[in-house]
Amino acid sequence: MMSKFNLGRNEESPEVSTASLPDIVFMLLFFFMTVTVMKDDSLKVVNELPNATEMKRLEKKDRIITIYIGKPQKKWEDIVGSEPKIQVDDKFIDVVEVGSFVLGRIASMPEGIRSYATVSLKVDKNANMGLISDVKQELRKVNALKINYTTLNGEILLNR
Amino acid sequence: MTNRDEVPKVNAGSMADIAFLLLIFFLVTTSIETDAGLARMLPAINPKPPLPIPEKNILPILINGEGALLVDDEQVDLADLRKLTIAFLDNGGASQEDPRYCDYCRGERDSKSSDSPAEAVVSLLSNRETSYGTYISVQNELVGAYNDLRNREAQRLYKRLYTDMEKAYRSPETPVSVKEDLKPKIKHIQDLFPLNLSEAERN
Repeated sequence: MMSKFNLGRNEESPEVSTASLPDIVFMLLFFFMTVTVMKDDSLKVVNELPNATEMKRLEKKDRIITIYIGKPQKKWEDIVGSEPKIQVDDKFIDVVEVGSFVLGRIASMPEGIRSYATVSLKVDKNANMGLISDVKQELRKVNALKINYTTLNGEILLNR
Repeated sequence: MTNRDEVPKVNAGSMADIAFLLLIFFLVTTSIETDAGLARMLPAINPKPPLPIPEKNILPILINGEGALLVDDEQVDLADLRKLTIAFLDNGGASQEDPRYCDYCRGERDSKSSDSPAEAVVSLLSNRETSYGTYISVQNELVGAYNDLRNREAQRLYKRLYTDMEKAYRSPETPVSVKEDLKPKIKHIQDLFPLNLSEAERN
């Protein structure tokens, strides 16, 4: 009986085959390629999204116009102050420029999807409603009425 | 002389390294999609002058700068908001003879509250100092109240949840024939409980 366990004692332990390692890594790679999207904006504002439970997914990326609102991040505070700011693409803009920005974006879309253009508002949960109401007013002026308050999935009581 | 028939093997040992490199590149440059949220329609500017709405058909909700909620001039907790909104929308106070009579409502049928879901308007007033987080919580509860009622009706009429139907309708993977079938159903449910939410700002 003991001899059975002692059989391999004098031999070298066999090496683990790493031949399938590339396959495993490729699988991981494809997983990440399919579930993630390229980061298109680098954030200059603090952007802690609030939680919600009754959310709808924004399916098609080509018809979404993203507007970020929040306090500027630490390194931008010296330049633009600490009050909540509006960021589009990679720059800060003023409330009055929101309309023309959105119109420009809509104009650059293919004609067939222009009427489906949705403005996604990514607003920090500590921002005040004042600025957001102003932005909404600007959007109404240019008739960009479809909006989406981008949120995370979670408990709403954690929002305050 | 080496054997010419044998094809030399390419060393694939570095394949794993290359794949790792690609993997790390994608990990760094991409982010998991977070694009989901509360979809809303803003009212068009300069609409037709609104018809005066009788007070009993309005549910006034006020959020103050500190995040406290006032519904019908009474302070309420955020946790109770959904229940209150459902009770208001589902009230169906119009009498049986009235053309607005709501035969699917299961509310209290209080004549002092809303006549029918089609008439009921939720009015949301916020303050410039209100924090966005609170505002979203309230919006979420209001949308949730509508969804609950629509789910109930969809369950009764089509044995399926309204939110499911809508999700299937919006998903790009759903075949067109299914979408065509869903469209009138979704429309019907939306007409039973139309989303009448008016927003205003008060300083």
